[in-house]
Amino acid sequence: MKVILAGEGGKLPYFLAKRFASKGYDVTIISSDPEGSTVLARALDKAVVISGDGSDPRVLADADSATADVFVALTSQDARNLLMCQIASQRFGVPKTLALVNDPGNEENFCRLGIGAAFSPTNIIGSLVEQKISLDDINNLIPIEEGRVNISELVLKEGAPAVGLAIRDVPLLPEDAVIACIFRGDKVVIPRGKIVFEAHDKIVLITMPESLGAAIKALNGGRE
Amino acid sequence: MYVIIVGCGSLGGHLANELSREGQDVVVIDKHQSAFGELSSEFSGFQVIADATEAEVLISARIEDADAVVACTEDDNVNLMIAQIAKQIYNVPFVMARVFNPARTEIYNDLGIDTICPTTLSAIQFKKAIMAADLKE
Repeated sequence: MKVILAGEGGKLPYFLAKRFASKGYDVTIISSDPEGSTVLARALDKAVVISGDGSDPRVLADADSATADVFVALTSQDARNLLMCQIASQRFGVPKTLALVNDPGNEENFCRLGIGAAFSPTNIIGSLVEQKISLDDINNLIPIEEGRVNISELVLKEGAPAVGLAIRDVPLLPEDAVIACIFRGDKVVIPRGKIVFEAHDKIVLITMPESLGAAIKALNGGRE
Repeated sequence: MYVIIVGCGSLGGHLANELSREGQDVVVIDKHQSAFGELSSEFSGFQVIADATEAEVLISARIEDADAVVACTEDDNVNLMIAQIAKQIYNVPFVMARVFNPARTEIYNDLGIDTICPTTLSAIQFKKAIMAADLKE
């Protein structure tokens, strides 16, 4: 798989390139900062680095964009990210485009203008922080589909409301919260309605973000 | 007619003055306060100091009521983003963008945006003038 990362140089494309290269992807970086390009080219022996503005079609041609599977726009300018993705997909036929949006208000606009996926670090970090702060019991939280669904992991406390109850009998467990799996000691328990919760059960939970708080409260009690 | 002009450089400012003199409702948006120096003393429209690539800014300029949006900042990408938002999301009837880089014009036309490229226009005029000067072969 070939991935093109277009940014201004710096840490984000560097660490993404390292990550993708270690997975065996072909990585090309387009960096609009000439000094940044030199630094990236020296530091990354497995990635191709091109110095230039990714919203210039000639630079995209240099990056051999027609062979790319994914194009990711990472600059601090929303307009540039939009145009790069549009040129990559319309001119070079790149099947998947992703754009970073600096203004969260542009997330919806970008999707309506044909960008495969627009992601706002403000929204992602904001929702992570908000959910972490109010939910101390969560060990792990993975947002899926730009955070439309979360997979989270929590451990049932001694005396938690759900302990001693069968899954189907837990009151107030939201409709859109699904218990995906229970780890009990060394065992994996497949969650059926009649399974009874025990203290220290590690529960893998799939929820809509808005129901996460209510699900945790139903299982483990506490605030919210 | 309600017109939003994004970018108050010499083109945006001049256009805003002309439309305002004709009695049209004009709002000019620019990131820099100093840009509004281009506006004449008779200009009777509104001035908004803001970055028009922020989604909120166009909404508060009532883009959904605009009859025309002209994007003429110094940045081609910004002009094209604003033009697309105006045309495809807010269905503004008349939308035009200024674009400096002629190498990109074709792509912009593919995006369905009407553009004016001063570079191309000047080149055509210069060429016409040179040819008309009837210099020796």
